[in-house]
Amino acid sequence: MEITLTLNGKKLTRMVEADTVLLDFLRKEGCYSVKRGCDTTNCGLCTVFMDNKPVLSCAILAARAAGHSIVTMEGMQQEAAEFGAFIADQGAEQCGFCNPGMIMNAIALLRENSEPTEEEIKEFLAGNLCRCSGYEGQLRGIQNFIAWKKAQAQA
Amino acid sequence: MLTIREYKQATTLEEAWQLNQKRPNRLLGGMLWMRLSKSNVQTAIDLSALGLDTIEETETEFRIGAMVSLRQLELHEGFTAYSEGANKEALRHIVGVQFRNLATVGGSVFGRFGFSDVLTLLLVMDSYVELYKGGIVPVADFVNMPYDRDILVRVIVKKTAAHYSYKSVRISKTDFPVLTCAAALTQEGVQAAVGARPAKAALVKDAEQLATLPMTAEKAQAFAEYAAGLLPTETNPRGSAAYRTHLIKVLTARCLTELGGKA
Repeated sequence: MEITLTLNGKKLTRMVEADTVLLDFLRKEGCYSVKRGCDTTNCGLCTVFMDNKPVLSCAILAARAAGHSIVTMEGMQQEAAEFGAFIADQGAEQCGFCNPGMIMNAIALLRENSEPTEEEIKEFLAGNLCRCSGYEGQLRGIQNFIAWKKAQAQA
Repeated sequence: MLTIREYKQATTLEEAWQLNQKRPNRLLGGMLWMRLSKSNVQTAIDLSALGLDTIEETETEFRIGAMVSLRQLELHEGFTAYSEGANKEALRHIVGVQFRNLATVGGSVFGRFGFSDVLTLLLVMDSYVELYKGGIVPVADFVNMPYDRDILVRVIVKKTAAHYSYKSVRISKTDFPVLTCAAALTQEGVQAAVGARPAKAALVKDAEQLATLPMTAEKAQAFAEYAAGLLPTETNPRGSAAYRTHLIKVLTARCLTELGGKA
């Protein structure tokens, strides 16, 4: 079947199978930041934005994305790089595999709530699993990023 | 592995219903549970284009479309105020935000899953499902109806005067619950729903007037013991039947104590 959607700001029309999941579609389009982790809708590695909301691309049919706007990390490189540097500063990216999903969801959090509490950060990112770090580094990285943004705004 | 031969976005409920009468066809909710199944679907029927993704709030009720996401229900200000935050407590532990942006109220309720936090909460509310062919049915009845090929169009929650409390236990954050418990204090008295026993949620009313106001720790415990005596539990990898029965007593008593403070 033919679908048309907007991927990282560009309109695309492609043929897909009825059961192609968005994750596979996006990787075929060269969006390799979108990773297959658990494949059971638990780990958050495959997080992308659909109409500005974070969703699991492993669990949604590409057909269902027709007519919608999809953004992957490739479509927000500057924002992701800026934020990702704070994660790296804390050594929170040991193998780095979870980073794209974690960064996408952290950005979603900060767009919704620019000054989240520690508890709010933990709750929002509960659907992003990391098997190396223990999450403390990511938490510090996010808090440092928020403090930096706040200082920038006040300067 | 799930395979789908055709995908159809229905343009009317009648079209969706007609397609759904064929056994190899399946309705799509959020697709999160279905995604993990091993089945061959001929036509996947999508309700996304039917405008069922909104929560309408009137003076007397909430009308929650079948395609409303769990995240929408979690964040809805009116529903949060009415449920006294019980909606947030019920929903915030379900996997992650990305998951809850996809999972639908219709899928969760129609599936009548044992682990459903949503169903547990709705059971203690004055709530109904609107079925395309079956009409409006109380959730308390719907939960025990046999599975059929009707379509759940929306969930209706009446703004009946009540206080609510919700609690659950999970072995680890974002896991399926070991036990879920919702309680309500209405003008008729106290009622509690317990899910993930691991069977689907069931409702217990205070037929013996054990937990009348003013609530005390002893009354809360008496009702909790009564509920635990009525609700069978089973063992699965997340917990034994005995542990779950113990949790029914603990969570129900805590919910009732909280309700006593709100009355």
